[in-house]
This record gives sequence, C-alpha cells and structure tokens, in this order.
Amino acid sequence: MRSIVLKRLATAIPSLVGVIVISFLLTRVLPGDTASYFAGPAATPQAIAEVRKQLGLDKSLPEQFARYVVDLAHGDLGNSLTTGQPVVTEIANRLPASGELTLLGLLFALGIAVPLGILAAIREGSWIDHLCRVIVTTGVSLPVFFTGLLLVYLFYFRLGWSPAPLGRLDVFYSAPPQVTGFYLIDSLIARDFETFRAALAQLILPAATLAIFSLAPLSRITRGSMLAVMGSDFVRTARASGLTPKTVILTYAFRNAMLPVITTLGMVFSFLLGANVLVEKVFAWPGIGSYAVEALIASDYAPVQGFVLAMAILYVALNLMIDLLYGVIDPRVRLEA
Amino acid sequence: MLDIVHQPLLDIHDLTVDFATRRGTVTAVRNIDISVGKGETLGIVGESGSGKSVTSFAVMRILDRAGRIATGSVTFSGIDLRAASDGDMADMRGREMSMIFQNPRAALNPIRKVGHQIEDVLLRHVQAVRANVKEKAIDILKQVRIARPEERYHAYPFELSGGMCQRIVIAIALACKPQLLIADEPTTGLDVTTQKAVMELVVELTHARGMSTILITHDLGLAAAYCDRVVVMQKGEVVETAPSATIFKAPAHAYTRKLMRATPRPGATLRDLLDEERPAPPPIGVQADGRPLLKIANLVKEYPRQGATKSMAQLFRRKASEADAPPFRAVDAISFEIMRGQSVGLVGESGCGKSTTSMMAMRLLDPTSGSIILDGEDIGAIPAHAFAKMPARKRIQMVFQDPTDSLNPRFTAARAIADPILRLGDVRRRDALRTRCEELAQLVGLPRHLLDRFPHQLSGGQKARVGIARAIALHPELVILDEPTAALDVSVQAIVLNLLDELKTRLGMSYLFVSHDLHVVRLLCDHVIVMKSGRIVEEGSAEQVLEAPQDAYTRELIAAIPHPPV
Amino acid sequence: MTALDTTAVEPDARPATGLSATLKHARHVVTGNPITGFSFTLFILLVVCALFGPFLVPYDPLATNTAVALKPPSLHHLMGTDQLGRDLLSRVIVATRLDMAVAVFSVALVFVLGGISGIAAGYFGGWTDRLVGRLSDTIMAFPLFVLAMGIVAALGNTVTNIIIATTIINYPLYVRIARAEANVRRNAGFVQAARLSGNGEIRILLTQILPIILPIMMVQMSLTMGYAILNAAGLSFIGLGVRPPTPEWGIMVAEGAAFIVSGEWWIALFPGLALMLAVFCFNLLGDGLRDIVDPQRRT
Repeated sequence: MRSIVLKRLATAIPSLVGVIVISFLLTRVLPGDTASYFAGPAATPQAIAEVRKQLGLDKSLPEQFARYVVDLAHGDLGNSLTTGQPVVTEIANRLPASGELTLLGLLFALGIAVPLGILAAIREGSWIDHLCRVIVTTGVSLPVFFTGLLLVYLFYFRLGWSPAPLGRLDVFYSAPPQVTGFYLIDSLIARDFETFRAALAQLILPAATLAIFSLAPLSRITRGSMLAVMGSDFVRTARASGLTPKTVILTYAFRNAMLPVITTLGMVFSFLLGANVLVEKVFAWPGIGSYAVEALIASDYAPVQGFVLAMAILYVALNLMIDLLYGVIDPRVRLEA
Repeated sequence: MLDIVHQPLLDIHDLTVDFATRRGTVTAVRNIDISVGKGETLGIVGESGSGKSVTSFAVMRILDRAGRIATGSVTFSGIDLRAASDGDMADMRGREMSMIFQNPRAALNPIRKVGHQIEDVLLRHVQAVRANVKEKAIDILKQVRIARPEERYHAYPFELSGGMCQRIVIAIALACKPQLLIADEPTTGLDVTTQKAVMELVVELTHARGMSTILITHDLGLAAAYCDRVVVMQKGEVVETAPSATIFKAPAHAYTRKLMRATPRPGATLRDLLDEERPAPPPIGVQADGRPLLKIANLVKEYPRQGATKSMAQLFRRKASEADAPPFRAVDAISFEIMRGQSVGLVGESGCGKSTTSMMAMRLLDPTSGSIILDGEDIGAIPAHAFAKMPARKRIQMVFQDPTDSLNPRFTAARAIADPILRLGDVRRRDALRTRCEELAQLVGLPRHLLDRFPHQLSGGQKARVGIARAIALHPELVILDEPTAALDVSVQAIVLNLLDELKTRLGMSYLFVSHDLHVVRLLCDHVIVMKSGRIVEEGSAEQVLEAPQDAYTRELIAAIPHPPV
Repeated sequence: MTALDTTAVEPDARPATGLSATLKHARHVVTGNPITGFSFTLFILLVVCALFGPFLVPYDPLATNTAVALKPPSLHHLMGTDQLGRDLLSRVIVATRLDMAVAVFSVALVFVLGGISGIAAGYFGGWTDRLVGRLSDTIMAFPLFVLAMGIVAALGNTVTNIIIATTIINYPLYVRIARAEANVRRNAGFVQAARLSGNGEIRILLTQILPIILPIMMVQMSLTMGYAILNAAGLSFIGLGVRPPTPEWGIMVAEGAAFIVSGEWWIALFPGLALMLAVFCFNLLGDGLRDIVDPQRRT
C-alpha cells in the first residue's frame, strides 16, 4: 500500500512543476511594464526602477524563475499593494472561510445527488428519474452567480428567512476562538450554540448555491454509472443467485458504480473551486475568492497570482486524495501497480 | 424403470415471451413446450435468434425490463413460477434453481473477493452462519477443484484465468445445492481443453447430487456428449425434442437435419455439410514449381514483461527469480512453409501464438527476429508501417474473424470491396470499378442489391462474404484466414467454408487457416501445424495429425473435442 | 456456381448513413421531440438576435435617461430600466451578440486545436501522445475558471483574451475526446483491413477515422458553447473582460446584483434568464445532435 501512495505522490510532482511554471509565466506575461503595475499608478520613475530591481525583472528569465522558486520555497508570494501585507498570510487567513463554504456545499450536493442518482437508476422511467433528468438539464444551464442572487432575492428579500448576505457572521456576533478556522466546528468546540446557529444561518444560502451548482454533474454521473452497472453481467449473476435487492443494489451495484463517480469528483472540484469565486462575490464572503476579485479590481496582481497558485496546489492535493480513495476501493488499481 | 410419480421437475407449457422495442412488440419465443425430469440433463440447441437463452431467462424470471411472459405456464416442482411473487422468486433463485452464464470473468463482481461472493449466496439462503461460512466457502472451492483454495479465497476475478473464473461461477451456482442448474453457453470462449474440464466438473457435480441440468448451446457436439435429451429450437419455436441418441442418428425435422449436416465432424467432408449436391468447380492447374510460397524461419516475437505479470506472480508466490524473468516470448523461433495451392491450418488454444504469427506473416506486426520470405522476397525485412505501399502488399491478404469489426460502418459494401482495388489495383474508372465489384460479389455469392448497403443492414453471413470479397479482390496468392467462421452460426459456417474452398480452387490461392477448431481445420486444410506456448509441437498432413497424432498435447486437444456420435 | 446468399435481414429503422438520410433523420428528431424542437427554435432566435440585434431593439442600449431610472417592467419598457434609465430589453438583446461571438470563436478554435492534437496523439501515440498529454495535464492541474481568471488578468482585460482563456481551458476536454476515439479505432478491424488494402496511415486517418470522430466532436461543440457562455459571463461578472457600458449578460447581472437586496429584481433577473436560456438551448441542442449522430449514446 505504501508503495502505491509513494507512486501517486510521484505522479503529482510533474503536475506541481507544471503549475509552478505556468504561474511563473503568468506573472511575466502582464501587459505593459510589470514593474509599473506592481509599483502602483502613482509611482515615480525611480520607484518603478527600484521595484524592477526588487522584483528581479532586470535579470534573465531563467534567473528570475530560479528566484521565483526559491521565494516559493520560503513561502513568499509577494505583498499586496492595497494592504501591504504578505499575500501568503492573507491567503492563509482567508482559506478556512472558503474551505468551510465549499465543503458544506459539496456535502449538501453529495447528500442529494447520490441518493437521487441511485433512485433514478433503479426506478428508471419513474417520476424520480424524470426529476433527476430535469435537475441535470437545468442545473448545468444555471449560472452559479445567478442562482445565488435568486436565492438572496427569494429567501432574504421576499421571505426574510435568511439573514443579509454580508459575510460569515452577523455584526452582532463575534467569531469563536480559532481552532480550525471553521466557524461551525469552532463554535461547537467552544460550546457556543448561538454563534453556531448564526454561522450556519449565514452559510446556508451560499452553500446551497454551490450545492445546486454541483448537483447536476454529480447526479448525472451517479445515475449513468448506476444504470450501466445495473445492466452488467455480474449484477445479473447476483440476481440469478437470489441475493436480496438490497444486497444487489448496495454491495454489488453501488460500490462498482461509485468508481466513476469518484473519478468525476476531481472534475467537480475543479468547477467548485471556480464557482467559489463567484459565490463569494455574491455573498460578500471573506474567502480567498473574493480576495482575488478585490485585488483584480484594484489591479493588484500579486494576490491574484498567489491565489491562482494556491488554488492549483490545493487542487493537485485534492486530486491526489481522490486517486488514493479510488485505489482503496478498486483492488485492480492496487494490485496492478 | 418407470418413476411412480413421473412428474417433471420443470414444466414449460405453451410459453410465449415478447419484448417491447422501439419498433413494436417482438416475439422471441412462441408457444414452446419443454420439460425437464429429475436428474435429467437436457440440451437446448439452436443458432442465434432461436430464443434458447430467452427461455431460460423467463424461467428464472430475470428477463430484461422490456420482456414479459405473454402466455403459457412455467411450473417448477409444482410451483407456478409465473405467478410467484418477486420475493418468492428471489428465495428460489440460487437455492432451488441457479444459472451460469457465458463470459465467466464478467459474471463476477470485479472488486469483491471470490470467497466473499460465494459466502454471500450461502448466507442469503441460510446455508451457513457467519461463524462457519468461510469454512464452507473454502470447502466449495475444493469441490470445484480450485487448487490452493485457502489462498484463492482471497483472490479477485481479474487475478484468475477464464477457466478458474468459470469454476467460481459454478461454485456460486451450486453452493446451496439447487435442484436445477441452467447453463447458458458456459464454455463458449473457453479453450477446448478447459471446456472439457469445466463440462466434466459440471456433470460430475450435478450427477452426484441428482440435479437436473439444462445445457443451452449452439454446439451440437457439446449437446451430444453431455445431454440425455435434446430440444432443438429455431426462431423462437421448438422444432424437435428427442433423446440425444435418436436426434443425432435419426433427426426427424428438416431443420435438425440441416444443423446435423452442417456440423463439422470426423468422417464428413466439406460437401457433406451442405444441403444440396453441387458440382465441384474445375481445379486450376496450380504451378507446383517446388518452391514454397511462404517460408517462415526462426520467427520470434517478444514482449517486455508488464507490471501486472510481476504482481500476479508475487500473489501466487512464485519464486522471485521467475517474476524477474526475461521478456515474454509470444512466438518462440518457429519455422514452417506454405506451398503454392496448399491450405495450411494453424491450430492451438488461446495464447499459443497463432494469431501473433499470422499478424507477422500479414506484415501488420513486426517480428523481433527471424525471416518471412514470400516467393523468394524477404518481406520480413520491410517494417510494417511501410509495407502498405509495397507491391508485395497485394500478394497476401486476410479475412478477419469479426466481420462487423472489420468493416467500416460508414462504407457501403461496394466501397469496402473496392478499397484495395482503388489503392493497389489498376482500375480507376467508376463503371469499371463497379463491374469489378459486381463480379466479386457474384463470386462470393453476395446478391448484387446488397452492395449498396451498410454493414448494420447486413446479416453476419453477408458481412463475412463482403470481407472475403475484399480479401480476394486483387487475386492474392496467399490468404490468411483468422478464425473467419468463429462468429457465425453453424449453418452459415458450412456455407462459408464451402465458399472458401471453392474460391481457393477457382483462383488458385494458398491459405493459412488459423483456428482453434480442429474439425473445421480438418475439413479445409491439407497440412496442419499445432502450436503451444509459442512453439510448434506437431506438424503434418491433416489426416496424419488428426487421426494419428504423435504429440501428447495434440492427442489431448483431439480428445477434448466433444462431438456427436458418428 | 456459388449459391447466392439471400438471407433476409430485418429492415433496420435506422436510416443509412449519407447526407440526405442524415438530414431526414435530423428533421425527424427535431420535429419528433417537442423539447428538441423548442431548443431548435430558441437557437434560431438567438442567432437572429446576435446578427440583427441592434436593428431590432426599441431603444438605444447605451442611451441613459435618469428620469426613468429603476422602473419595473411595464408596457414601455418590457424588462424595466436600470439605474441609469437604460432600457433593459434592448440591452439584453444586443448583449446576445457579444456572448455568442465569444462562444463561437472559442469553440471553433478549440475544436480545431484540440481536435487535431487529440487525434494525432490518439492515432500515432509515442511522442505526440506524450507531448499533448503533458500539455493537457498541465492545464488540467488548475481549477479551470481560476486559470481563466489568471490568464485574462495576465494578458489584459479584453474580450479577445476571454476568448483565448476559454479556448485554453477547454483544450484538455477536446483532446481527451478526440484522443480516446482515435485510440480505440487505431487498431480496429477495418483499420487493419485498410492497411492491407494499401492505405497509408495519413490516408486512413483522413478518410476512415476522421469521418467517424467528427460528428462525436460536433456534439461536444454544442455543449461547450453553453459552457463558454457561462464562463465568459462569469468572468465579466467579476469584472474581467467586458467594461461598462458595453451590454453583456454577465456584467448586467453584476450591475443588477447591488439592487437585488433593495428589491429591484428585474435588473439582474432578465440578463440572468437570457443566460440560462442560451445555455439551456445549447445543451438541449447537443443532446439532440447526439441523437442524430448516434442514438445509442443517449443518456
């Protein structure tokens, strides 16, 4: 087993290298004079020259790349122009907000999509099957930011059930003592149920938006995969052996059907991390997505580049975990390594 | 000795099964009557589309969603299966009646240990409890003759061979000691020696337990060898039912007679397979100048060993040195010749290297070493990717095994046949090309109006003819046939084999006929080469090899073939 | 004489391949299913709006009129007006052109680039496969929308760069499809037979394999159009690419977002609905195309 983990880690390395190279190239492709962008619109020519030297832009490209990698290794992603703070620190501070939101959204989505897809496959042609197909077709057509706005309009403005979309907590509450950075978990640890409730109330709409967004691909792949597996030869053998419907569906069909679903999770994560940015803008969520967007508007490029790199590294790590999870379930992958 | 209570175990009466398709209702089985007595082995024989599998699915009530039993009754041990509830059926399946299918590896859950799959059935039908189920499962593995059962209990299907997988499937089916076993083409796709081992195992286990068996097959020889009574089905209807001795010696129905005749068997010639008497075509004077047409010398094909083999070797605890063995030799320094006008059969079981050899002779694959000489020209030296442009290309052509796969789905039959002529021939004008295609179609017995059809609009036999027409379009000197009739029904096979023989004589070609079916090879070939594990183990004239085999392996092969009583 | 094989074959309901037969089947699919018919009509509507939008609108999409700012939908302004008094209906219709243009250009570009490299990689294998695979994997290592953000930020905030970014992020998908199809067919029976008939590799690729792969990729193109529109709108929503006062659906939703919390729902709703309908249309069209191309692949 250990050799497989090591092998998978090894395959992640070229991805990491690629990611670092591309993000380096992106920093150097900025239109116009990179130095003046980083120096800011009000900088004097001397300041710009100083920044150019600081950024090492007067050196050759390979040297710049080497410097870039060394800086990365030290955790230096540059400083934000608007706040003056190191990008790395700001990203680290904001990461839990995005993480909590995305994870909750994904959990909601899985909790609905997987049972829906399975039921739709088992009861082909029933109302559940049609519901599933409608969800899939409309779900992939809905722009995620639009869904978010609709939910805000409906549940905040019209119905008044949700609090104002102004961030993680209402003004009257303060954040629980930091353990994980996830307000839900931290407030439970601190036994502060009021804060837990408040944090959850703020989380519901944005998480629901993300969930609605991921519902479509997840239920589609679950339904498709389950249908394919239910028609397979080994399920026929299981039925011919008289195994109970529950055993046939859960032990035989479901586990096999989950394999393509796990593979698709990688793609779903890719979409989610992107959708995160949009949802954070709609709900004024203080995560890394809105951090990047604010920086973009202010033409502050260091945070944006740091954001792209951080997300890519996170994504590589997520894909690695998905690969390992797949290997746990499918012995063919394990034993043929 | 008469049974006092002569009641059949399974009684199918006036059964009709239909399917709802997009084109309306299709009747797969029509008003059939079949009965199986206790302890009896019944064979259901038929070609594709006969409805034999559908019948068994209907009995087990595992029909597709679109299928239903329209009329008739199915009674098992006095119980009306048609009226039984889903729950009752699920109870009976596996415990009273079970089924084994074709393609054993696909029939097993790929991510579940085989031992656990056996246990699932035992626990479901309360034949064991958690405490002793593992022991019982291992015991059953022993009964189906799986070596090292304690170890193999933990194996996954992908780690086992086809024959072993089928034994596991049999183990699952017989675990709860049912009264009836339905075997639906259980040995199709398995090697003939494995086939024999599997059938003997089934017979041994079922006889020992007094079980009834239904054996569904297209192979008459198999039915003859292992069944007490035989039912013949055609297009959804039962045409004849008789004890197996009678049906093979004195078949009553015309269709049964046709099937019997068409089955390759010892003592029959090619002509005997067909319905009518037809005059033999005039033989072409073959230029026997003593020089071999194709000469293969020390041909070798090696493949580097893959990781899977290593880990599998480790799983079965072979010595470490074996796991690091040199590259795998698919073809291990073989040499043979094909003379002009000669038909050479290349036989062996799967993995023996016959297909690899034929691919190299075709120049679709490059050998690792050795020479391939066609009429004095060293064609082995020309790499495969460059050979298409060589003039020698038109001298060797091939007829493929799968007629569907070997035809471009977007080309009409005429276009497919014309392809080699366009590329390598000298006919360019449209009308001349069309005339040539029509000539070829006539030669292979393809009606002219089918030339403009696409593959999905042609039957298996018609597609096979298109493939043959394409292969002979340029009058090649050597045609390699890779199991050309394996995918065809036995009656169609008889016609195609005769066609191939006629064409050979008429056009003066030589054949290299690759097959696993010794009977077919006997009919079509003068000279036979037997391969095993990449080597030639025996070679000689067809009579010699098949009637008086020298090598032990050849003897084993011949003994394993089931055939109807002569 | 060899006896003729007159085995009757069941007449197949599926029509023969060939242009006229395909068109006939296409018409059958479009008219048969009401939803496919609906999406086809919608598609025509979108094309009309994109091509002739500016001539069809009742008001100048850029004309401001603060007197009628923030008015809800009425007979004068069917979709209401925004905070600067501009007619929303006109803006929504005119915006069709920009979003459609971005989608069409990027999909066409990625079809050609991804198709060629994918087919070459799948058919020839070896170095081509490794190179294309590396490139594809490197792009896929990023969450795609994030990468698009990064590219547009780096290259500059223009519509052209949105097209480039969309092309790049869709490249791996096309490569994967083209590669898989070419790879499966590389050693298929009929391809081997073509080699035996004296066809060179390039000729086989062009005359035998490409005609089979093209329809499959065209289905994907329709689906990607929808995704490209969403992508462009998303980028515009966060302020990349399109600048005000250019009418574009994404940027209009962004402008309307601020007013949702105070109840002026129409400013964000109508452009959002337009987005949704456009994407929906392309997705359904893709499903319909899939039915025309290969009915057995229906999901």
